[in-house]
Amino acid sequence: MDTNNYLQDLKDIKDLMNKSTQFISLSGLSGVLAGTYALIGAFVAHYLIRTNTDIYVSVNSSLFQQLVLVALAVLFLSLITAYIFTVNKAKKTGEKVWNAASKRLLINFFIPLVTGGILTLLLFAKGYYDLLVPTTLIFYGMACLNASKYTLRDVRYLGITEIILGLLSVVFSNYGLYFWALGFGICHILYGTVMHYKYDRK
Amino acid sequence: MKSLIENINKAFDHRIRLGIMSILMVNEYADFTTLKELLGVTDGNLASHAKALESENYIAIEKQFIGKKPNTRYNATQEGRKAFQEHIDALEKLIQKH
Repeated sequence: MDTNNYLQDLKDIKDLMNKSTQFISLSGLSGVLAGTYALIGAFVAHYLIRTNTDIYVSVNSSLFQQLVLVALAVLFLSLITAYIFTVNKAKKTGEKVWNAASKRLLINFFIPLVTGGILTLLLFAKGYYDLLVPTTLIFYGMACLNASKYTLRDVRYLGITEIILGLLSVVFSNYGLYFWALGFGICHILYGTVMHYKYDRK
Repeated sequence: MKSLIENINKAFDHRIRLGIMSILMVNEYADFTTLKELLGVTDGNLASHAKALESENYIAIEKQFIGKKPNTRYNATQEGRKAFQEHIDALEKLIQKH
């Protein structure tokens, strides 16, 4: 064997190590779209709160129900979009959508996310409305950070950004909706664009 | 120079065996289908190369049932990890020599 063969061996080893632990078919564009949905959702929420006549927001008020509906619509649309774009990208790269790496990615993403979701609901039921924005941002950030071990590096930085925004939103609690729009809207659009240019356009 | 060549492990001198070890070095374990998909090989081919690595005591084969479906999964042994690391080190040194 000559040097070229040894080099090729080392390259194969590295490729297989990466391929078997990381799911790389995440689409940057779906991040951009998810961010756009979140921004639209934040504008709608802002409008609903502005035009609301009640002084107090309670769990039973129609305003609260409308806000939950907006949030669920954003979440649902984002998930569908991410799924469709990921399947498409996986087809192009020849990666299987449902493989060991993507399963690990999903499990490790959803454990912190579901924990955060339940915590947010429990806090809400106890009347800690101010904590809605920080808990959703921080736990989403933790979910990204945790999942980033099994996918593209950029997800790690997105996670850290979300956590910082979540902590800041506790300090500036009057601007909750703005932080939420920044974290789920602008950040997704920014990181999605970076990922799109870095990986998708090859 | 001679000692370097000696560190090149004959057991890893094949693309599929090299691939199996690479995957098992960074994963706690991998099942038959996962290995097959990642390496793009046939059932028989994978089975025989896995068997060869097992007989060297470099990997362990674990057969179990998930529900009613038989499932075979593989993991690298301590011995296998050490041998593969030495193999990679030897490859790197050989490249640097040239």
